Amino acid sequence: MLGFVIQRLLQAFLVMVAMSVIVFVGVYAIGNPIEIIIPPEATEEIRQAVIRKLGLDLPLWKQYFIFVTNLIQGDFGRSYIYNLPVLELIAGRLPATLELVLISIISATVIGVTLGVYAGYRPNSIISKAIMALSVLGFSVPSFWVGLILILTFAVNLGVLPAGGRGEVVTVLGMDWSFLTLDGLSHILLPALNLAFFKLAMMIRLARAGTREIMLTDTIKFARAAGISEGRILRRHLMKLISVPIITVFGLELGSTLAFAVVTETIFSWPGIGKLIIDSITVLDRPVMVAYLILTALLFVLINLTVDLVFAMIDPRIRAGAQ
Amino acid sequence: MTKVLEVNELKTHFFTRDGVVKAVDGVSFSLEKGEILGLVGESGSGKTVTGFSLLGLVDAPGQIVGGTIQLNGENLVGLPEKKLRAKRGKNIAMIFQDPIATLNPLLTIRTQMSLALEAHARMNKREIESRCIDVLTKVGIPDPAARLDSYPHEFSGGMRQRVAIAITLLHSPGVIVADEPTTALDVSIQAQILSEMRSLARETGTAMIWISHDLATVSSLATRLLVMYAGKVVEEGPTAQVLKNPRHPYTRGLIDSLPAMAKPGEPLTQISGTTPSLLSLPPGCPFAPRCDRASEVCVQDPTPETNADRMWRCHHPMQEEEAVR
Repeated sequence: MLGFVIQRLLQAFLVMVAMSVIVFVGVYAIGNPIEIIIPPEATEEIRQAVIRKLGLDLPLWKQYFIFVTNLIQGDFGRSYIYNLPVLELIAGRLPATLELVLISIISATVIGVTLGVYAGYRPNSIISKAIMALSVLGFSVPSFWVGLILILTFAVNLGVLPAGGRGEVVTVLGMDWSFLTLDGLSHILLPALNLAFFKLAMMIRLARAGTREIMLTDTIKFARAAGISEGRILRRHLMKLISVPIITVFGLELGSTLAFAVVTETIFSWPGIGKLIIDSITVLDRPVMVAYLILTALLFVLINLTVDLVFAMIDPRIRAGAQ
Repeated sequence: MTKVLEVNELKTHFFTRDGVVKAVDGVSFSLEKGEILGLVGESGSGKTVTGFSLLGLVDAPGQIVGGTIQLNGENLVGLPEKKLRAKRGKNIAMIFQDPIATLNPLLTIRTQMSLALEAHARMNKREIESRCIDVLTKVGIPDPAARLDSYPHEFSGGMRQRVAIAITLLHSPGVIVADEPTTALDVSIQAQILSEMRSLARETGTAMIWISHDLATVSSLATRLLVMYAGKVVEEGPTAQVLKNPRHPYTRGLIDSLPAMAKPGEPLTQISGTTPSLLSLPPGCPFAPRCDRASEVCVQDPTPETNADRMWRCHHPMQEEEAVR
């Protein structure tokens, strides 16, 4: 098991090295930030001074080398625009995204798996058909439109929930959290719903497909033939047997949503990390883009590693293969 | 001898979009304590559905539409699911063909056995463990205490099937339905398991219904044979008599198709044609289209004929002298 972890960590390290090169070159290729940062009326002297100060006159490999040297010391550089350390900038935005994404993904998974198992267990009932109709809707309706409709319904017409912002926050561990206050929760509800809708649909489909397949297997028949109650069969046998694909998708979705919740964050003016990156791209704020993409890669690597470890915990055959 | 199971005119039909499939259509037999009954027939003859019907585990769109199943004198047909579940595993249990498919790969043997035990009994951890070790020893698992926390993939195929059998033995049921439990195993393992099952039946008084398409296996085990074709029992009798002197041409065909019956180098005998679709059965005897003895009279349903403890359902049964080739 330990060997497995070490092997995966080494892989992760290589992925990170490759990612940092790709990101650095890619961001360099997008465009020259000088044109945006420096006002056109600035003198040539100021222009040259800024370029030198930002190190943009150096060859690319040298810039990369400096970046990596700083990175190893935990320094991601300073934002061109905000003139703040990038890490500080991202850390300030991260809790907002983190709480929004975790709440929506976890509830989408819990509710989606429950509904999906039900729909797979009783495929012909009217409730199951309603659940499946809901999932089709979740798949096919674009996220931004759902967001607008949610705002229109609950914030504008009914006036029961706020249309945007984080509301009241509480500072814990030096970071601001909304979900700990009632007002914050009321602010988080609509964007979380918006973000969860598609994932809910996916979890329903996944759990339903797994349930339908597993319920027909001899494992379930054998358990039934032993007189085990349906409830225990579902909890003890089925849930474990359908969990592997669900955890896979959970991990993938967690990563991609954390990194790219930007549509929802924009609609609900949620000051999260997705909004930060979009703003940074429009002004070619290279340090923020690079740091953000590298952190995203790190996030995916960590999530995949965790998912693999969870697999090994669930399935003894994977454990045996890893040894 | 006491009858533990008496099945009378059992009918299990499947209501599909294309019509009614009469998978089991009027099957009757009885089973005495400790007896092993062989249920043979080709794929699709209704033997497995018969087995599942006995446990009340017929999947939709199938349904038991008629007949009775008396288990220890109590009719199981029409019993509410809750009462049926209380009998499953406790009074009547079932083993399946493929142990890889029946055991849950993600749970330890201990967990799977505990689940089966707790379905019918309140026991503490120590009682559970000692009962598990008990039955695992009975089916010949070496060092059962150490193997309790193993997962199914850590056992060989034969051992895995023994574990599955051990699970069915947990509550010492009166009847075990075994649906081709040795088909997926090596021949040498097959023989071991067969002999163990026989001694289990003898020692514990558990009656068994051994479902198989393999006449050779069944005949080494069962005291009586039931031959099924297209949902009906076409022949029944003591194993030795049925094998030596089959009355139904289908039984004859099954015996002739045994590889052991063919001379080396000569092609194996087969029954011509294939099993008919249960959706479009010919009128009368369903075997008639494949039967070289069929005549006009075969479009009418043959009535079962009995002689001593034999039964057959044929207009042109084999005579004794004919049967021996």
